[in-house]
Amino acid sequence: MNQKIANKRLIYVYIVRALMIISTLFTCSLVVFLIGYVLMKGLPNITWELLSTEPSYITGKIGILPDILNTLYIIIAALCLVLPIGVGAAIYLSEYAKNKKIVAMIEYAAETLSGIPSIIFGLVGMLFFCQFLDMKTSLLAGALTLVIMNLPTIMRTTQESLKTVPQSYREGAFGLGAGKWRMIRTVVLPSCIDGILTGCILCIGRIIGESAALLFTAGSAHVIHGFLSGLMNSGSTLTVALYFYAKENGEFEIAFAIAAILMILAFVINIGVTWIQHYYKKRRAL
Amino acid sequence: MKNIITVKDLCLWYGKHQALHHIHMDIPKNSITALIGPSGCGKSTFLKTLNRMNDLVNDVKITGEICYDNQDIFSSSIDVNMLRKEVGMVFQKPNPFPMSIYDNVAYGPRTHGIKNKVKLDEIVEKSLKDAAIWDEVKDRLHKSAMSLSGGQQQRLCIARALAVEPKVLLMDEPTSALDPISTSKIEELVSVLKDKYTIIIVTHNMQQAARISDQTAFFLLGELVEFNTTDCLFSQPSDKRTEDYITGRFG
Amino acid sequence: MNCNKHVVEKIIHAIFLLLGFLTIACVLLITFYLVISGIPAIREIGFFDFILGEEWKSTAKVAKFGILPFILTSVYGTAGAIVIGVPIGFFTAVYLAKMAPKKIKNIVTTAIGLLAGIPSVVYGLVGMMVLVPGICKWFNLSDGASLLAAIIVLAIMILPSIINVSITALEAVPKEYEDASLALGATAEETWFKISVPAAKSGIAAAVVLGVGRAIGEAMAVMMVSGNAANMPSIFESVRFLTTAIASEMSYSSGLQQQALFSIAFVLFFFIMFINAILNYFLKRDKER
Repeated sequence: MNQKIANKRLIYVYIVRALMIISTLFTCSLVVFLIGYVLMKGLPNITWELLSTEPSYITGKIGILPDILNTLYIIIAALCLVLPIGVGAAIYLSEYAKNKKIVAMIEYAAETLSGIPSIIFGLVGMLFFCQFLDMKTSLLAGALTLVIMNLPTIMRTTQESLKTVPQSYREGAFGLGAGKWRMIRTVVLPSCIDGILTGCILCIGRIIGESAALLFTAGSAHVIHGFLSGLMNSGSTLTVALYFYAKENGEFEIAFAIAAILMILAFVINIGVTWIQHYYKKRRAL
Repeated sequence: MKNIITVKDLCLWYGKHQALHHIHMDIPKNSITALIGPSGCGKSTFLKTLNRMNDLVNDVKITGEICYDNQDIFSSSIDVNMLRKEVGMVFQKPNPFPMSIYDNVAYGPRTHGIKNKVKLDEIVEKSLKDAAIWDEVKDRLHKSAMSLSGGQQQRLCIARALAVEPKVLLMDEPTSALDPISTSKIEELVSVLKDKYTIIIVTHNMQQAARISDQTAFFLLGELVEFNTTDCLFSQPSDKRTEDYITGRFG
Repeated sequence: MNCNKHVVEKIIHAIFLLLGFLTIACVLLITFYLVISGIPAIREIGFFDFILGEEWKSTAKVAKFGILPFILTSVYGTAGAIVIGVPIGFFTAVYLAKMAPKKIKNIVTTAIGLLAGIPSVVYGLVGMMVLVPGICKWFNLSDGASLLAAIIVLAIMILPSIINVSITALEAVPKEYEDASLALGATAEETWFKISVPAAKSGIAAAVVLGVGRAIGEAMAVMMVSGNAANMPSIFESVRFLTTAIASEMSYSSGLQQQALFSIAFVLFFFIMFINAILNYFLKRDKER
């Protein structure tokens, strides 16, 4: 009787152990396969020519320089706007807002925003920025759409690191007769720099990876522009270009080359976030 | 009296730090043994070694021998889970599972293979009665255990430990998180339980040790300084350090 | 001088207040636009004809705008992704949170972070090049672009969020519970699955709901592998999701067709809001405990 129960328990233990290990192995091999496959297919197709030219119907060659530049422009434009707004909102929530209901409402709005699918952002961005504000299909409209999308990310990371700023710092600054704004500038902001940086990098990652929201807002042109004229014109980022090359044009080598570049960027961003968090954790511990 | 646990030359290290030094102790059956000493003296560590809960800590090294029921508990033929079934434990902070009162008590027996509803009902009732909490909870067995007061939670934890029919009950400062009334209830309960179980209790409170225990062990810096019947230890301690401690010179 | 300082403080306060409320403004803006642009087509087509119509022929002479196929595809696709993704994610999460040695845990969580960072078009591309031909071959179909392909891609895409949120929930389970279970003679595995998992159930439920939200909102990856025909859903058929219905016709649509697309977005938004409400419920319950 007892032996039977013991055996049953042993079987249970072995089964769940096997399930856990198989699942984990599956997940790991998936990551390895995805990275390996994309890099293997993509890296050989990355040439200097691909990276440094624009596509031309005359030569029939494809270059992705405009897409790289567009991605860069859109990152810069979106970050310039989303940083002050997101950090400001986070500061408002943790330093100014006294009414708990208002805080809850803003936090709820941010959560809602982060749950909305990007295709809906794209649609509303098109209606509001492209049509209502008459920006046409342009990188600027795309960047503005991305600002709304990434607002919750910056807010959350900043808020989280604001929470770790000890109350005594603030009291110390007040005790020295500093005004609230001065206290925020000199005490609060410098100590939440890690949250802001993390948020920044996460946003860059999301912007690089975003496609559905940009399809109808930023467009799909592959022309080289300067920064300002680029913002006013339609242009495709790397992900959108990947989509069109793969789905519409059947240019799979190019698509894989872009995929490999995106993968490497994702990798770098991942390391960046880990590194920042590690670095600041260590500094804080000191 | 027969000894249920015998400890021979027990040493324990956490990494490089030696937490227990050459402990020898014989614990008689159906008695209450109190372990006292200042915090960090190794009494909790010693207690956790008795049911091998220290196995869960990383980087632990143990030498020496602990015999439970004439079997070395560190031998490879021992099933740790069966050992822990026989040597139950009650923790410092009441830690009922976040489920109903009934399920809390039934968890142990279910784990050990009892599925029969009638039998489970019986065990639950008996354990709750033994832990002197049955009258307070019998009408709300299927309410969350979290709704109980701290003292009730601790008695529920005792009932939960009793439900697997242990022979020995290890208690790690079971009253330190409780108010005086709950404390006295638990103390009463412990004195009754000794008829059926062997109880080893870690306590910070020397009055408590004097009140309820049959023998007392005084630990200091990982050493067992003195182990004697409670009466002897408190009235005529043979070691200077014990005397200093129980008269309140340090600790 | 002092008065001046006071005014500055006031202005700065006002600026921060404005920034704080901008988030709410954004949500309102999105809701507003979806409602005013989504309602007209529904009114013109008729609510039930729109929601329950089984045919979508937006460019035919007698155009038909029934989105039931899209709704069902989104529901089935998401359900399929959950059925495949949740068990794998769940067991991986328990392994990483409870059983894995620290080194392995660090490596695997980094790998999962990587998985989360891969853009959806890359998933779509790999799905298109590996999964679609694979399904075509295994099941002997004329075209592998199907609901099945979409389900598999979605299942993989929701894995990281399910794993990460579940790990957080499992790690938050107080150690005392586990100690108590072990002290009763339960094995480590029994303790994890019978004590830690039930104790973390709100968090794990939140992980699943989050996965549902991700899956139902995903557009690009699905568009690349699902074939995109407006069929009623069937596992080996080419299908169209709510998201891909919007994306695939938006660039050339006009008039009622475009308005119908806005209405689809409105329906999708409705789904998402519903899911968010459930998610919030679970997260809140977790916090209260």
